[in-house]
This record gives sequence, C-alpha cells and structure tokens, in this order.
Amino acid sequence: MDASKSALWQAPGKQNYWGFLARCVVVATRGNMRYYAWMSLLFAVGLVGLHGFAVQTRDGMGLTAMNDHVSWGMYIANLTYMVGLAAGGVMMVIPAYLYRDHEMHKVVLAGEVLATASIVMALAFVAVDIGRPDRFWHIIPGIGRFNWPMSMLTWDVIVLTVYLGLNLHICGYLMYTRFLGVQPSRRLYVPAVFVSIVWAISIHTVTAFLYSGLGGRPFWNTAILAPRFLASAFVTGPAVIVLTLRVVQAVTDFRVSDKPVRTLLNIMRVTVLLNLFLLMSEVFTAFYTGGAHAVAAQYLYFGTHGYNALVPWAWTSVALNVAAAAILIFSRPNRRRVLVACVMAIVGVWIEKGMGLIIPGFVPSTLHELYEYVPNLLEWKITAGIWALGLMIYTVGAKLSVAVYTEGQGDNDKA
Amino acid sequence: MSTDATKTTRRKHLKVLGGAAGASLGAAGFLRAVAPLVEWADDLDMDAFLQNHYRELDEDSLREVLARHEQSAKDEYGADVSIRDVRPEAGVSFGYALNLSICIGCRRCADACHKENNHDRATNQSYIRVFEMEAGAIDFSQGTASYDHAVPAPGKFYMPVQCQQCDNPPCVKVCPVEATWKEDDGIVVVDYDWCIGCRYCEAACPYHARRFNWTKPEIPADEVNGDQAYLSNRIRPQGVVEKCTFCLHRTREGRLPACLEACPTGARVFGNLLDPDSQLRWIIENKRVFVLKEELGTQPKFFYFFDE
Repeated sequence: MDASKSALWQAPGKQNYWGFLARCVVVATRGNMRYYAWMSLLFAVGLVGLHGFAVQTRDGMGLTAMNDHVSWGMYIANLTYMVGLAAGGVMMVIPAYLYRDHEMHKVVLAGEVLATASIVMALAFVAVDIGRPDRFWHIIPGIGRFNWPMSMLTWDVIVLTVYLGLNLHICGYLMYTRFLGVQPSRRLYVPAVFVSIVWAISIHTVTAFLYSGLGGRPFWNTAILAPRFLASAFVTGPAVIVLTLRVVQAVTDFRVSDKPVRTLLNIMRVTVLLNLFLLMSEVFTAFYTGGAHAVAAQYLYFGTHGYNALVPWAWTSVALNVAAAAILIFSRPNRRRVLVACVMAIVGVWIEKGMGLIIPGFVPSTLHELYEYVPNLLEWKITAGIWALGLMIYTVGAKLSVAVYTEGQGDNDKA
Repeated sequence: MSTDATKTTRRKHLKVLGGAAGASLGAAGFLRAVAPLVEWADDLDMDAFLQNHYRELDEDSLREVLARHEQSAKDEYGADVSIRDVRPEAGVSFGYALNLSICIGCRRCADACHKENNHDRATNQSYIRVFEMEAGAIDFSQGTASYDHAVPAPGKFYMPVQCQQCDNPPCVKVCPVEATWKEDDGIVVVDYDWCIGCRYCEAACPYHARRFNWTKPEIPADEVNGDQAYLSNRIRPQGVVEKCTFCLHRTREGRLPACLEACPTGARVFGNLLDPDSQLRWIIENKRVFVLKEELGTQPKFFYFFDE
C-alpha cells in the first residue's frame, strides 16, 4: 500500500482525529452539480420515508398491509436482503487478505463501505418494523432484559452491531492513517479484517436461523436455509461492487485495473450457480415430498386456490437468476452485458431472499388460512426512504474512499 | 482589475447562498417529515417510558402502575375499571379439554372472549377462531374459519382453536426481551408494557394464537369490561402483542373462563391438571384425547376429544 500523502487528505486542517473528521465532512459536502443533485434526490426520498415512518408510529402499524396472518412483510423481507448484502461485502476482503491480491486492496474499502451501509439499512428495517420504537431500550443488554442465548433475535442484534463496529473500525482506521500520511499498523486492523470475514458468515447464518428455527413454519424450517442465504449473499455483494466500480470510474478520476472486477466476476460465476443449485434442491424436496412443506412453495410458484399474488415475482426472480448465470458464464468479463447480469442478479436475489422468502412463510397461515399480502404505498415509501438513506451513506463512503486513493490526480470535486 | 477574480467571488457568493437555501429547505422538510413523530412523543408518559419489567416491579411501583392504567382507561376510554395483579396459585396447572362431538360451531365462545377481554370492536377481534371442518379428517386445509350459514351444517364438524398454553412454548423462546413467559400455573402471559412489538412470537406460534394491536383498540365506554388484571384483559396499548390467558383474572380466583361459561353445549371442560379428581383428569384418562400438531413437541395443555 502506498503511504504517500494524498493531496486532498493533506489539505488544510489539524493533523489529528478532529481534523480528519472535519476533512471527511468537507469531502462529503463538496462536489459537482451532479453530486448535489443525486444527494438532494436521495435526501428528498429519505424524507418521504421518514414522514411515512412518523405517521406509522403515531397511528399504528395498521396502516400497513400486514395483519395477524401475514405479520411480517416488506420490511423484514428487505432486512433479510440487506444482511445478505452486508455479508456479501466480505467477498472483496477474502481475495485481498486471504489470497494477498494486491490490486484488490485498492477496492477493498468499497466492500467495507457496502457492508456498513447495508447494516445501517438492515437495522433501520428492524426499527420501522417494531410496534413500539419507544421501548427500544428493553433490548439493550444490561439495561433491558436481553433473552440471550435463547432468542435468535438477540443473536442477530449482537452479530449485526459487532459487524457494523468492525467495518467502521477498518474503514475509519485505513482512511485516518491515509489522512495522517502514515503507514497503517497491521496489528491494529488486520486482526479485525480476519474477524470480519468470519463475522460476515455469522450475520447471515444467524439471520437464516431466525427463520429456520421455527417448527411451525415448514417453508422456513429447512436446514439448507443458511447455506442458501450465504450463496445468494455472495452473488449480490460482488455484483454491487462491480457496478459501483463502474460508476466510480465513470464519474471520477479514480482508475483501477480490470483485475478486481475479473476476480469478482469469477466468484459470481461460481456462487450464482451454487445459489441456483441450492434453490433447486429446496424446490425438489418440497414438491417431490408434497405435504405441508409443498403448500407454501406451491403458492409461491403456481398459486393455490386462486391466490397467486407472488407467482409473477417468483418467476421473474427465477428468470433473472438463470439469465444472470448464463451471461456470467458465457460472456467475457469486459463485455457490457456483464453489468446487465449484475443488475439482474441483484434484483433476482432481492425478490428471492425478500418477498419470495418471507411471505410464503405466512401463506398459508399456520392453521391453513389463506390471506394474501401485497405491500401498500406506505410500506413502499418507508422502504424507499431507507434505501435512500443507505445509498447516501454508500455514496459518501465511496466518495471518501476515492478521495483516499486518488492522489495528485487533480481536483477531487469532480466526484 | 481582474474580471476573473470578480467572477470567482460572485460564484463563491452564489454557491454560499445556494447552499444556505438548500440547507434551510432541507431542515424545513425534515421538521415537517418528523412532525407526526413529535406529536406521538408528546403523548408518551415519562413514568410509562421508564417502567420496569413486570417481574421486577416491587409492590409500591406495581400499585402505581395499576393506578396509572386505571386512570388512563378513564381518560382515554371514559370507563371506570379496576385492574388487579392476580398471581398463580401453588399446586395448580391449568388445562382445557374440548369435546368435538358436541361443539356446534355457534362461535359464542369467540364472542364471549371478544367482550370479556376488551378486544377491539372494529375488527371483532377474539383469541378464539372456530373452524368448520370436513367430517372424516382433521385437516385444516379443508376447513374454514369464515363460514356464514346456519350451524351445525351436515357433513361438518367444528373446531375452536385458541392458545394451547404449551408446556414448551416456541413463542416464549423467541422473544428477544422476555416480554412473554410461562407462569407457574402453566399460563403463558405477555407483559403488554414491556413488549416491543417485533412479532417474532407471532411468527413462531404454530397455532395462530397471538394477535398484534395494529391500532389502538376501540371500545365504547359502556362496553368496557371493568373487571381487569394486569396480565390478562386490561385494554392493551397500540403496537404490542396479546394472547389468550385462560382468563386468569377469573380462573385464578376459582371462576371459569368466559368462553366456557358461554358454551351452550357443554363442549368445554376446564380444570387443574394436578387435581386427580378433576373432570379434566377424568377426560384425559378415559377419552382418547389428542393435541394439535403433536409432532412439533410444543406439548399443549389444550386437549381435543370425540365421544365414542
């Protein structure tokens, strides 16, 4: 890693932590018109979501389309997906640190920034789903009553918070040393990097256990849920990074060789197939066995008793995942259609590990009643708001990372 | 004079002006967006906010809590209520049995539950769902809870389902904040003042026994049942989970559950599983009883049986 001082990071200010934070604020708030327009748009969407959340908290969650039959919906679907994205960020870290891929080091921060933004979004999706946000303190260990180790939700709280801390530490430390113009001390961040690799696996495993541990919900009560979660996480994480690198190279002077992208696409070539294979195993077991497990799958893919709200979603997801796999396998990495495949994989998994996973857990209900769920406008608003928040964090994080690694390449305001 | 310098200064001023305008617009938008949250927070009571878990309340604080809830029933619903704290009795483990041969599906139990437990009037909420089933099989996929015709209908039998008061309750296990637990007499209760409303228990229950207060319950003053207990039928706040408590405010004081009293056929039998002379024990020992979803290992204390 080159430790020479970056122009931007060396710019006026005190050479201490406060100076560093001040510098971050400056970099985050300075940009060209395109940057301001993008951030203003996200801010506006964020406000729409915030307002929706405020109304929902005041008047009750009865304003959503959820009910006692389908008691989790859009928010928990997105939470699940976000945890996957956060775990997927680690696919930058593994080649960089385990395989000592030096080119990868240049973009590894992007993975950590992605993980940070996704975790914040995941926690936000939990926050908007609970009926009593004012009682949040009840879940704080020591002050409230923390049902650990029995409740998988308490495990999730622990792993998500620690993962957020790890990523903030790694990003923050690397940027800070860059700001000071000193070589980062390996002792202070490399152990955290290795812990974060294991931790990334743990966050998605625990999130899968949250569902797979429920005996009363046969659709979720399957041992391959955690492996399935990880397989799809390792599709979406790299896909988002590939797209990000593309956007960053289009709007900034930041240049990186093709190698990291090629590595990521090679990872995706494997994981996209693994994900389809695990999905196929699940579908085979459900339909060949029949019985309770098959009813929800039947509802998801074909509809049952005239209820079929999820059928178009499910097949869209299958089509996108299969098409993404085909493109990734048969195209050279420098082709433009590979980017299309990344978008397809992101959307395909979002459906599969979101609505496609959560809703059939409730349809049919435990006493076999059929109540369909389609998210309403309020839920879309709040969801969009949280996505906007996440994209704001991701954009600022990416801008800071670019600033860190772009030295002597002229005006960074271009970003 | 350099015109370039003037230009730069002007641009700088415009930028500052634009920035200030953008910032104030953003701040104004933010304030508008959170306005409902501010209204909501204004209604929050500090004592309620800081209230401890039920099982950590000492006698004095519990008395204050009960008085506060009585006052808010008066303020918010215009109803005079008395809320007490009824504890389980030693040597008691409650169980319930239901004779499917004589249940006629009239839903009077569900209605009695609705009134006794101060359920929301608008949604006609109740802890009991009665299923009309096809004779010949206990198959919920053939059944329906939304039948609307004279009962009993030919070729059908009726199956009321409520909380099974499991001995191994999956709902209790999953609660992240210990807001729900199994009492010494086997009744699974919720501290409505501690529940955070995550609804994980609702997902975990295999019997659809739990309900969430999606909105603040609406009950006309003259319909409020004023005979209340903290852990059972007091009016629940918005945003928390609730469930059947075997009417513990009645049963712990020697009375019968409201659903049993309302049953016109005598299909329901309630009692103490630890009392060898109870009618409940006689049924379990002499009838071929079964429990719902036995394979899940939840060990329900709600037993169904048919007359032979």
